[in-house]
Amino acid sequence: MLRRALQLGLGRGFWSRGLGTRRGGSTLDWDGKMLEIKKKIQSVLPGSAWEPLYDTSHLPPEHSDVVIVGGGVLGLSVAFWLKKLEQRQGAIRVLVVERDHTYSCASTGLSLGGIRQQYSLPENIQLSLFSADFLRNINEYLAVLDGPPLDLQFNPLGYLLLASEKGASIMEKNVKLQRQEGAKICLMSPEQLRNKFPWINTEGVALASYGLEGEGWFDPWCLLQGLRRKVQSMGVIICQGEVTRFVSSLDCMKDVDGEEVTLKRIYEVHVKMNQSLEYQPVECAVVINAAGAWSGQVAALAGIGQGPPGTLKGTKLPVEPRKRYVYSWHCPQGPGLEAPLLVDTSGAYFRRDGLGHNYLGGCSPSEEEEPDPGDLEVDHDFFHHKVWPPLAQRIPVFEALKVQRAWAGYYDYNTFDQNGVVGPHPLVTNMYFATGFSGHGLQQAPAVGRAVAELVLNGQFQTINLNAFTFDRFFLGVKTEEFNII
Amino acid sequence: MAAPRAPLHLVTPVWSGGTWGIRGLSSAVAPEGNKKRTLLQLLCGYFSGVRVLREYQFRKQLQKVQKKNRSFTYIQDRYGPDIAGAYFILKLGGSVKFQGNEWMGPKDHGHSLDVLKLQAVPVEAVDASGCAINYQGLDNLLALKELRSLSLQRCPHVDDWCLSRLYLMANSLQELSVAGCPQVSERGLACLHHLQNLHRLDISDLPAVTNPSLTQILVEEMLPNCEVMGADWTHSLNPQPEDESQDIASPSAPSPSSRSSAG
Repeated sequence: MLRRALQLGLGRGFWSRGLGTRRGGSTLDWDGKMLEIKKKIQSVLPGSAWEPLYDTSHLPPEHSDVVIVGGGVLGLSVAFWLKKLEQRQGAIRVLVVERDHTYSCASTGLSLGGIRQQYSLPENIQLSLFSADFLRNINEYLAVLDGPPLDLQFNPLGYLLLASEKGASIMEKNVKLQRQEGAKICLMSPEQLRNKFPWINTEGVALASYGLEGEGWFDPWCLLQGLRRKVQSMGVIICQGEVTRFVSSLDCMKDVDGEEVTLKRIYEVHVKMNQSLEYQPVECAVVINAAGAWSGQVAALAGIGQGPPGTLKGTKLPVEPRKRYVYSWHCPQGPGLEAPLLVDTSGAYFRRDGLGHNYLGGCSPSEEEEPDPGDLEVDHDFFHHKVWPPLAQRIPVFEALKVQRAWAGYYDYNTFDQNGVVGPHPLVTNMYFATGFSGHGLQQAPAVGRAVAELVLNGQFQTINLNAFTFDRFFLGVKTEEFNII
Repeated sequence: MAAPRAPLHLVTPVWSGGTWGIRGLSSAVAPEGNKKRTLLQLLCGYFSGVRVLREYQFRKQLQKVQKKNRSFTYIQDRYGPDIAGAYFILKLGGSVKFQGNEWMGPKDHGHSLDVLKLQAVPVEAVDASGCAINYQGLDNLLALKELRSLSLQRCPHVDDWCLSRLYLMANSLQELSVAGCPQVSERGLACLHHLQNLHRLDISDLPAVTNPSLTQILVEEMLPNCEVMGADWTHSLNPQPEDESQDIASPSAPSPSSRSSAG
């Protein structure tokens, strides 16, 4: 073998030199040629990296039981719970397809990282309570052998929601429900508010609700990296690529009325590699759509919404990217260490950032003035017209502040009712959704991941019943709405 | 067929890119990680059985702490929250003080009759220094309505989440010490603003606090009626720091390398 290889290498070396002399121009580069020959021999020797066939190790596997589209915090959480709840170790093969490993425009890293239980739907409250518990025990759930413990940087300072006279009765009702579900929320009168937080101007405030436990903000990047690390140690494959095509089989059936129903089943997912035309078809049993703001596009790829309007087939996944700005400002006289995440009656919010009197905040724009979600450019006028005036009115010391930086991120905005979409699609039977949380996906990700994993593994929700969040509601027109004070 | 294939996937380039990052992370925390690696850690990389064993061991350790911290519902129902709280602390190795009585240490634990005699007497002070108390175990203490002094010095499992629950004692608590708790940071200390009756707060020697002196000043601003004992340098400047620490802790005072000394 060795001799043949040597002969091969030498022979080719002489051949190329012969060519050179025949052309007559080049000088004899003996050392260079020898080096080339040596390299060739080395590459052919047994035990080297030489492979006669094309190396495909950078591609995702050809088979995977579950393919998760989107490697953000929701997708990784689904992967984590699938592996955690599987019956036997290694029973399920999970592939997570993430387009951008730097997460440069993923909603996860760009969010403020708040967690609250002050919702009006029992499902949302339960999801947040479960997630708070998960985050508290994060170093038990996401512990990796010999890995350093995660530092979540949780600030347990709570949310302070302010309600005007109009919203006071809704707030009272909401807090009653939140307490029933086990959240630690208290109501405060303007008088109490003034005593507790003297920097608030209580003009126009009728009632405030304040979260005492399990509310605050944390470092979303830490949760993301912790999940990534844990999931990889559990044997989940994370691949950088983009899903470009779903290949599905069709099943025609007749329902009780004699109408034809076409059921689709995805059996192959085409994963296109980054910056190349190469793609890998991955055979799979279940696809999970956790693509966040882009999950509407992923659903359209699977043929969801391509039918006559008004039918189940023609019902689109109403999730689209919406741009939201976060501003960071400095205010030397601003609220101190005890400042909670305050949401004003106008909808503007802020929280403290670190110890140096820096603050982060923003405001959701109204439907008419939604910015174009094509890029992540920041509109600085928005701060001056929509965020600053209400905040300065509420907290008079904010009259004097200096904006330091700003960024924009995407909401996976559900245009139908601003709540999450969880569970399978009625027609594309093996595509499950975990998306559309319209801004509170990060804080509910641990619980939603568990719910989806239970649905995939056991066929039903076990810990938290999320039947109100299924896709059917878009067709039936039943909105699962939050009754917010603002 | 699935089982032997799974490890093969682990060596794809994309994957190893991920593991490299994690190793890089761990080496940043412990630079001489290689030297300190135990034999078991080494074997972990080669035998999945060793790995499973070590994971089991890790889970057992967590369970041990959880078991220690379960609440004594039976005692609480039968003898009231004060006896249950005292029993819990004595069992963990701390000491308690009932109103009008002497301190009771873990040595008195055997005389449970003594404790039972004090059924109608509320617990006034708890010293849980160095105990393995955690978030769950705190339930036993939060039921003590007359608790005036609480010491959680050097408790390894007390973290910011625990401090965020102390608001339930806001009416009674006057003295609190969280000195030396490795997991307590400025984020948890910020929650103590609920404790408006606090007279004395010891926040010295907290390795997780990034700026001890600044944090102390901010905590003092937050709790104006409270004497805050904080960063190491006040102790080194003054032989009796506990009496005058508030005077020294002005913003203009120098803070020589307090961060490095705190670790």
